[in-house]
Amino acid sequence: MGEKKKKIVKTIKVDVDKCNGCRACEVVCSAFHAAPKYSSNNPDRSRIRVIRDPLRDIYIPVLAGEYTAAECPGRDKYTIDGKEYDECAFCRASCPSRDLFKEPDSGLPLKCDMCESDPPLEEPMCVQWCVSDALTYEEREEEVEEEELQEELEIGLEALVDKYGLEKMMDTVARMSMSKKD
Amino acid sequence: MRYAETGFNLEIDLSRGNIERVETDPRETELYLGGLGTNAKILWDRVPPEVEPFSPDNLLIFGTGLLVGTPATGANRTIVSTISPQTLLMAYSMMGGFWAPELKYAGYDKVIIRGKSPKLVYLWINNDKVEIRDASHLQGKGAGETAELILQELNEPKAQVSAIGLAGENRVYFASIEQGRSSASRGGIGAVMGDKGLKAIAVRGTKDINVARPAELMELCNEVLQNIQVREDNPIQGVPPIIAGIGSPQEMAIFDEQWHTTNFAWGNARTRRKDFWTKEVEQKWRETQESVRERLISCYNCPMKCGATISVPGISTYMMKCYSKLTYTMAAYSDLDFGFRIAQRATEYGVDAFSTPQTMAFALELYEAGILTDQDVAGMPSDTEGRFFWLLDRIVRREGIGDTLANGTYWAAQQIGKGAEAYAHNNIKKHEQLPLKLGMLNPIYFLMYSTGEKINITQIEGQFPQAPFPKREQREKFVKDWIQVPDEKFKQYFLDWDPRGEKSNPYYPTIEASCEIVDWMEKMHYIDDATGICAGLSSFPLKPPYHIHNLPTFISSATGMDIDEAGLSQAAKRNRTLIRAVNVRRGIRRIDEKPPEDHWKKRFPELEAKLLDEYYKFKGWNNQGIPTKESLHELALDYVSEDFIQRGILTDSEDAPSKETSAEKEKK
Repeated sequence: MGEKKKKIVKTIKVDVDKCNGCRACEVVCSAFHAAPKYSSNNPDRSRIRVIRDPLRDIYIPVLAGEYTAAECPGRDKYTIDGKEYDECAFCRASCPSRDLFKEPDSGLPLKCDMCESDPPLEEPMCVQWCVSDALTYEEREEEVEEEELQEELEIGLEALVDKYGLEKMMDTVARMSMSKKD
Repeated sequence: MRYAETGFNLEIDLSRGNIERVETDPRETELYLGGLGTNAKILWDRVPPEVEPFSPDNLLIFGTGLLVGTPATGANRTIVSTISPQTLLMAYSMMGGFWAPELKYAGYDKVIIRGKSPKLVYLWINNDKVEIRDASHLQGKGAGETAELILQELNEPKAQVSAIGLAGENRVYFASIEQGRSSASRGGIGAVMGDKGLKAIAVRGTKDINVARPAELMELCNEVLQNIQVREDNPIQGVPPIIAGIGSPQEMAIFDEQWHTTNFAWGNARTRRKDFWTKEVEQKWRETQESVRERLISCYNCPMKCGATISVPGISTYMMKCYSKLTYTMAAYSDLDFGFRIAQRATEYGVDAFSTPQTMAFALELYEAGILTDQDVAGMPSDTEGRFFWLLDRIVRREGIGDTLANGTYWAAQQIGKGAEAYAHNNIKKHEQLPLKLGMLNPIYFLMYSTGEKINITQIEGQFPQAPFPKREQREKFVKDWIQVPDEKFKQYFLDWDPRGEKSNPYYPTIEASCEIVDWMEKMHYIDDATGICAGLSSFPLKPPYHIHNLPTFISSATGMDIDEAGLSQAAKRNRTLIRAVNVRRGIRRIDEKPPEDHWKKRFPELEAKLLDEYYKFKGWNNQGIPTKESLHELALDYVSEDFIQRGILTDSEDAPSKETSAEKEKK
């Protein structure tokens, strides 16, 4: 067995029923991430956006997630309680298929960092400014075993070896490590 | 760098199809702040009194408040200013929602429209790219429908749209400009937009708004947010639930309508139904409201939920706010269910929810009195609800009798004649008022009704309770945490104000105290109308989170301007005086400054005259309500007195009586 490691899982819980669509989260997020801090604001730079369609009663605060270079091979479209949501409505990615979560000037991707700062905030700013409690914050500690990661890695590699052969795998790893050095 | 504001206005000439981006003078911001203040300056400079509301030379100004687009909570108001076709005076209707911040992020403080387009167009502002686009396919479309169609055709779901419906296109004198959950409704500004051939303005902005002293501003914002929560959890004791909280009156949230339904008048603003509110009605109305209300919704950057999405089975979903919930219901002696149904159609047509039901109830009264004949209303259904729908359709199309009614009760009565004037009894300066008829004259309200430039009581009242609290202990409790007062003496006025006896209406508060109380209340509104902060968090409710002691720091930390309480009060006074000046130049005089004759049963002509005398003096105005040369000089408004003297409105010797004219005489 490997060593047990602790990690903090930070969650912004989103209750779409409580969202009243005011977009204060967008205002304060973009202000917090301005340089110098709070010196300007611009919802288009916000790392949280409220997907709104008032007449269809759609209000989804979405937090910016990972950047992805390519769009998904297919798209998703949800209908929940009879409400049809737009394609990819719940997706957090900054992705070529849409203009969400990109800096308006440069097009560079935006990503939620949970308002990382020193000293750390008690709660991310969007949560602090959400008086309606559509956004709430939760932190919990999880224990993870590093061993499992090792196991996972080996299972994955073995599958690749089975598929491509050990020699090809080693060549590829060697070439990848060369190019990383550049 | 300009802080809080963008420093640029967009000038659109619809006659020539010209678009210009014009840098503004930062000194104007120091003098007039922004929003309504700078709108008024532009109207004074560029719209002389000879210009008719439907002249191409009339301007239609969409101004954002100074703090709109900053993190200041609830600073989201669009102040639309023009010359009203109904009152022939300056109209400055306002709306919350999302449009004004979007315009700021697009890089503009105002959109100033002049001229007239030969065909129906809409304006598309996308940051630096501004286009005048054909709107012929939107002709006759509802306001909400228009917004949806524009968003689809531009493929810009994040754009914000202000639009008129059929009423604006047909120049109905009480047509509104609608913007999703908000509207600028009073004074017929939608008619001016329609007259200019402008169906809508869509805007999308992705630029930054900068603030001067960020840390200070954020601290203030956090305090306001905390105060909002405290006030939400602690409604004021001793007042009806509808005015115990903050925000606009919480019509969408609450079910208890006893106060409105039993205190306000029904029909053509005549009948009080003191026994109306019963358990059965409450139960039924609660069910109705719960069944159609999808969600409580906010304006930009504000946690209050003053609006709601309303979905009545069988008709399109729409958004409603505030008192429109009851105006149609009560005008038609009907039910809440009817109110929600007709408000949907009225919102799509784009009409004011005060003037419209009032005008329809007025028409039905005229019909019952035989002044309007069967021929006048040929085809009208026999049931009241059906009649309201029928009249609404005729009015917005200006068909038959609708063409007359579309001018509002004052002008319609003039046109109909045969004694119809007596039925248009609820107007001030030709403008329909809240349907409220009371017993004893209240000196504070007398002054506000008579002199308010907005001609709408909700846009001047607030801060000071509407009526005395019965017991002294209740008053003592109320004043304990009343930090919003500009001076301790206001607490004393309230403590001493009794429901009966020596220190009660109409002689108490004293004339002097009444002037001071009114001055405080209207000052707070003028500050909000310049900053774009919603009155619901500031000038309108009791004990609001924004007040005279924290607003100066809000403005200075956001803009970098040095401004303290005295400076802010002076700026508010300057704006108030300038709007008065615009209206004086258009003919307003003392004779026009009066509440509807039947507003109170008990009237006191001598006292009322003294109240006006003293209020005018307090304001630095002469006996006709015209600002004097000296007071204009103190406010750096010498250009106003020069114009007044040139026009013979003021004479060089201050005591000489000014020429007595009246707006009543114009336009017949």
